[in-house]
Amino acid sequence: MLASQVPMFKHINSLTPPSLSPERRLAIVAAFVLISALTVPLWAGSGTMRTLVEFIYLLALAQMWNLLAGYAGMVSIGQQAWIGLGGYAMIVLADDLGINVFVAVFLAGLVAVLFALPTAVLVFRLRAGYFAIGTWVIAEVFRLLIASSTTWLQGESGRTLAALGEIARSTREIWTYLIAIIIGFGSIALVYYLMRSKPGLGLTATRDSEGAAASVGIDTYRLKLMVFLLCAFGTGVIGALIYLTVLNIRPSAAFSVQWTAFMIFIVVIGGIGTIEGPIIGAVIFFIIREYLSNFGEWSFIFLGVTAVVMMLFMPQGVWGLLHRRFDLELFPVRRRLPAHLLTATPAALEQSGGIKEPA
Amino acid sequence: MTKVLTVENIEVFYGEFQALFGVSLEVEQGETVTIIGANGAGKTTLLRSICGALTPARGQITYRGQAILGQPAYALNRKGIAMVPEGRKIFPSLSVEENLKIGAYNNQQGIWDLSKVYDLFPILKERAKYGGTDMSGGQQQMLAIARALMSNPNLILMDEISLGLAPIIVKALYEVVERISQAGTTVILVEQDVSRGLNSADHVYCLLEGKVSLAGKPNEISPEQVSRAYFGV
Amino acid sequence: MQLVNTIVQGILLGGLYALFGTGLSLIFGVMRLVNLAHGDFIVLAAYLSLMAMAFGLHPLLTLLIVIPIMFILGVVLQRGILNKVLGEGLMPPLVITFGLSILVQNVLQLGFSADSQDLDAGALETASMKFSEVTIGTFPLITFITAVVILVALQLFFNRTKLGQAFRATSDDPGTAELMGINSRQIYGWAMGLSLAIVAIAGVLLGIRTNFSPTIGPARLIFAFEAVIIGGLGSIWGTLAGGVILGLAQTIGAALDPTWFQLAGHIVTLIVLAVKPSGLFARTRDA
Repeated sequence: MLASQVPMFKHINSLTPPSLSPERRLAIVAAFVLISALTVPLWAGSGTMRTLVEFIYLLALAQMWNLLAGYAGMVSIGQQAWIGLGGYAMIVLADDLGINVFVAVFLAGLVAVLFALPTAVLVFRLRAGYFAIGTWVIAEVFRLLIASSTTWLQGESGRTLAALGEIARSTREIWTYLIAIIIGFGSIALVYYLMRSKPGLGLTATRDSEGAAASVGIDTYRLKLMVFLLCAFGTGVIGALIYLTVLNIRPSAAFSVQWTAFMIFIVVIGGIGTIEGPIIGAVIFFIIREYLSNFGEWSFIFLGVTAVVMMLFMPQGVWGLLHRRFDLELFPVRRRLPAHLLTATPAALEQSGGIKEPA
Repeated sequence: MTKVLTVENIEVFYGEFQALFGVSLEVEQGETVTIIGANGAGKTTLLRSICGALTPARGQITYRGQAILGQPAYALNRKGIAMVPEGRKIFPSLSVEENLKIGAYNNQQGIWDLSKVYDLFPILKERAKYGGTDMSGGQQQMLAIARALMSNPNLILMDEISLGLAPIIVKALYEVVERISQAGTTVILVEQDVSRGLNSADHVYCLLEGKVSLAGKPNEISPEQVSRAYFGV
Repeated sequence: MQLVNTIVQGILLGGLYALFGTGLSLIFGVMRLVNLAHGDFIVLAAYLSLMAMAFGLHPLLTLLIVIPIMFILGVVLQRGILNKVLGEGLMPPLVITFGLSILVQNVLQLGFSADSQDLDAGALETASMKFSEVTIGTFPLITFITAVVILVALQLFFNRTKLGQAFRATSDDPGTAELMGINSRQIYGWAMGLSLAIVAIAGVLLGIRTNFSPTIGPARLIFAFEAVIIGGLGSIWGTLAGGVILGLAQTIGAALDPTWFQLAGHIVTLIVLAVKPSGLFARTRDA
């Protein structure tokens, strides 16, 4: 069913001129959102900015988890390892080494990658379910190591970011917000451009059938490793952002599997294996949180039940439903033939010079 | 003679790909029917549809007067349909004897039991404690046939039992098929070896690109007809 | 002599871990499924025992009630939920069991609060036997023997019974098993039921041995996983060996520094993973 066949969207084709490619349309939407986002500090209070920052980092976390699980087929329940490592790295870099705190946020990602490499070597020896638990064990190892440290990282009592102390509060908030914007757009851009690239095609093939992909010469191990490291980097940076706003970090919270629970919930509700999915999922998650914030265990029971129900009855998520019914798509990551080739005859094909790669 | 199996106009899809386009056939009790055809013609798909491993999207299959389309393979096995699958599919974790015993999972009574099957294939008795897949191709094929017999089926389906085996072994296997048929069991064979297939059959069907291109008694069909039906020329 | 005592404790602890691991690897062996709520079901069993004790039963007697309940729960879980996502890839079962894990933990917390609980088995808990200088806890010994008995029973089940052979056939090739008249979905149901029955025993033994609370499940899942990984997949006795090695690592680590209890086990697991990924006594398929 095409969007134009639905009464509500009947005029959609006349609103968007036929020459507007999906990429152009995306660029326009992205520019609109970006400009709106950049104006926020001008009119919003600090409470609003905080909420937005929180929304962005949850969305970005979900994008990273989705890249790993939805696009690369690796279900990890240990991504909190990079959140914790990123947070601690940022504090150590900023407070102990005197590096500019906002630069430290991005360097923290590199620290995460440093640990992600040996992690990958180990956990890649496991498949599927055992891989998942393996990633969790690694996160636990980091948690326990830091929790048992007494001097430098201060064990279970944690550390507090001091480097922001000299900066004025409103400046701090605006800079944090801007960094969040960069990270938010960056995480989406990362997934988008990766999936449109040649490695991205190899990734899709690997997810669909690793054996078949390997048999056509795709180095599946290196591809998966690359994605794993990219996700660790992204998650590490996001972790640093989180503790830039929260300021106080403790091992039990930073390395909590609750982070994974949130990531999974957002992706599963929104729609796995798509970029639009986690965006919708994050919005829904935020709305639900407002209602359930005072219900303690019930909110988690709701989370758990929803995950099960979604997997059983709506495995493609809310976005998957919308995408299927109304043929909606915002991020064109699928390969498609240029329009003129859909009805081409062999002769016409030869004349036009054959099939070209998407723009 | 009663019809033990009637397949009416079945259409089978693998996702969006259609493998069978309105295939029909009839089998009488006690007959041996051979299905021939080139690779990819749909022979295995047809057998799997009959034994319940696949469900056709359209059409009907009637077995002993009962409509069976949509029933799962394990239910049809209990009703007397057994399959010797393509590639033998011996259980690697089970010994030869355990493979045979699992064939009799539902304790169906009849002429075939462990000792009778060992009489039929003495080599299996020798190798009873070996791992099911620790044998040559020919021996595994014997095991696969014996395993199917253990459920004392009324209708036995055999998918390419000669594949990859030396002629002398294939000859021995077909002698066994003859004995099974003489015992009253209805046999449907899929065979790549056309002359072998025609030799052992009461009726033959040829499939071409998912459709029946030829049907009849072997002695009433000329080699040219077969060739045309097989290759579609 | 303290070292010998520590080693004995570690070995006996390994019996409990072998039970944890066996339940997990059983379903993985039959249907390639990893139940992320495995540890939480162990804790659930302990709470079920606690409730049954309200009728004045000794914890070990509550097994008569808890085992059937957990068995039925397993069958219902598999046939009602997990069978429905069979063949849809590896994500759905992982997300579903992860969701169940959260569910079980929070339902238990709602019902029983976060307080620490204990299954009071009376004198049995502290009884011990002395052989010259070596002390052997009676209850840990019972636990270890129970584990061995269950493993022997499982071995017999798989090798000597028709249903056990059906489990093995279905594990090899569910499609062909169906051709033999085996309803693979039903088999999966029995397998999950059996797994949770073992979990029931493990949970009650755990509850007697230590304190428990709603959130300790995930750590037990990790111990189960570690026992399986160290021991190697596809081998019942490998899991016993893995459990023992894990128990040893943990108790020796704890003797050196109490906070190293879990970490020592993790390190040993990672070393095995690095050096012999298929496990020390692996028999079959890769992880």
